[in-house]
Amino acid sequence: MNKQKVAKYFGWKLVRFIVLMIAVAIFSFVLLDLSPIDPVNAYLHGAAVSETQRQILYQYFGTNVPLPDKIFNWLMDLLQGNLGISLIYRRPVIEVIIDKFMASLALMAISWILSGVIGFALGVVAGKNKGSWIDKVVKVYCYAIQSAPSFWVGMLVLMVFSVYLGWFPIGFGVPIGVSSTDATFIEWATRLVLPTLALSLVGLAPIAMYTRNELIQVLSSDYVLFAKSRGEKGWDLVKNHGIRNILLPAITLQFLSFSELFGGAVMIEQVFSYPGIGQTAVAAGLQNDVPLFLGIVVISAIFVFVGNLLADISYYFIDPRIKENEFND
Amino acid sequence: MIKKKYNDKEQWFIYHANLRTKTLVVIGLAIVIILSIFISGYFIRDIPTNFVNAMQMPSLEHLFGTDWMGRDMFQRTIAGLGLSIMVGFIASVVSTIISIILGLFSSFNKFADEVVAGIIDLFSSIPHILLIILVSMMFGGGVYGVIMGVGLTHWTPLARVLRSEVKEIMTKEYISLSENLGRNKVWIAIKHIFPLIISQIIVGVILMFPHAIMHEAAITFLGFGLPPHEPAIGVILAESMHYLSSGCWWLAFYPGLSLLLVVLLFDLIGENVEKLLNPETAQE
Repeated sequence: MNKQKVAKYFGWKLVRFIVLMIAVAIFSFVLLDLSPIDPVNAYLHGAAVSETQRQILYQYFGTNVPLPDKIFNWLMDLLQGNLGISLIYRRPVIEVIIDKFMASLALMAISWILSGVIGFALGVVAGKNKGSWIDKVVKVYCYAIQSAPSFWVGMLVLMVFSVYLGWFPIGFGVPIGVSSTDATFIEWATRLVLPTLALSLVGLAPIAMYTRNELIQVLSSDYVLFAKSRGEKGWDLVKNHGIRNILLPAITLQFLSFSELFGGAVMIEQVFSYPGIGQTAVAAGLQNDVPLFLGIVVISAIFVFVGNLLADISYYFIDPRIKENEFND
Repeated sequence: MIKKKYNDKEQWFIYHANLRTKTLVVIGLAIVIILSIFISGYFIRDIPTNFVNAMQMPSLEHLFGTDWMGRDMFQRTIAGLGLSIMVGFIASVVSTIISIILGLFSSFNKFADEVVAGIIDLFSSIPHILLIILVSMMFGGGVYGVIMGVGLTHWTPLARVLRSEVKEIMTKEYISLSENLGRNKVWIAIKHIFPLIISQIIVGVILMFPHAIMHEAAITFLGFGLPPHEPAIGVILAESMHYLSSGCWWLAFYPGLSLLLVVLLFDLIGENVEKLLNPETAQE
């Protein structure tokens, strides 16, 4: 492997990343600047102030300067990691985001892994027994879950496990009356189970469907026919010829799903009142907390980009054909 | 999906028909169901409140049960679905126009193509739900904000398809011939490229519909846009969250299920139309 070419590849990725982030930052800023939200009114929450105080606030927030200057100031602040002060939490946005993102990351990471593993396993089982009842069950489940709103799935999970069976508490990251730093690990973990379950149930459908279709395609290929004629059969056949071919693209697909994962987390957190980044984004959107919302948009764009980058890297290290093409350009 | 239940070689259950007729019948039935939901949703305006019958389980009289004000949930759900279909329709039209313009614009030259690719990348780099919230905030929220938010963000998959399709068409000889004959780019885009991508556009629009409906439900569930008394599916589900812990499962279960069925119907139409338009499968 040529080190120079790898460096060039990642250099290009870095340039792309920077350009994309600047574009996202400017784009989201301009959109919110066009919105009828008055930052000073949002800051005051309707409190009565005199006209001079209001002018001072306008001066302080810099709402009077022309748009290009505003964008420039926002980008400069962004470079220094200064995302402003959240209007809801009255704390620096970056602190709020780190706090909430950590809580969400636990939720997203666990359900990402779970949905990948379970989805792949279901897909393999369904593809191996094509046409059997288990294949039909998996297929119907995948079709249904892909057409169902994710928050509705979350509500069903909540109804079954919390309301009827009473196994888990109904919501909130920690018990009522306990601050989040005092909660024990067990308390925190029991409240993570249901959101994770719901998010995994939603997330495993695409990967299971993909695995199933790919496996069926592989199993109908000529070399599998040849392997069968040599006497290979059953699980060994699938393991040696099927899984090796499918596993790597499936992993790539799973990395590419970061965007849907984030979207799912927003909905699921809302249903379970899990205090993560998604719930914070919704609260910021509903209460016109512009700095916090802009910060979350930028962070989520970084998150999605990292997912795509990991997918690219996994492709690059896994598939020798892509490697050749990429570097011969 | 429903079609797959029948064996293609056997006779169909009423009379013998070929696959094309069957596909057409399936499409027709699905369209009739959706239209009837939409039209009856339009006519349901005032749902009588009746506090005596509040919080009733589903029965023959009230198919989906009643809510805390004694309103019939079946009527509310149909009205909500009608609203969702309407929002989905407007959003699909807006998104389709955007993707056609971008797709044709990408045919002009290499720079235009790069610009289109860049815009697509930009829109797909932000998680979809956040993007919808962002756009609807820009339009000041409300019903208008929701429609624009859903409409202005669903064009990326179709635009991507159209762009690659246009790229392939641009390599054809008659395009360069036409250029040499002195036709301008706009004329070529409209006369030579557009007719070839129409089938892609039709399929893309129908498959865009379910996404738009689901995102509309999601965004209203989060509390953006529609006021609480408006019977949108998202609003109904958000309201039912308050009654989950008291065991009123029907308030959440049936509206969500009927949304799922509508989405599945659209998927069904999309798949079958694609089958008819695709020359490889249309002649089976």
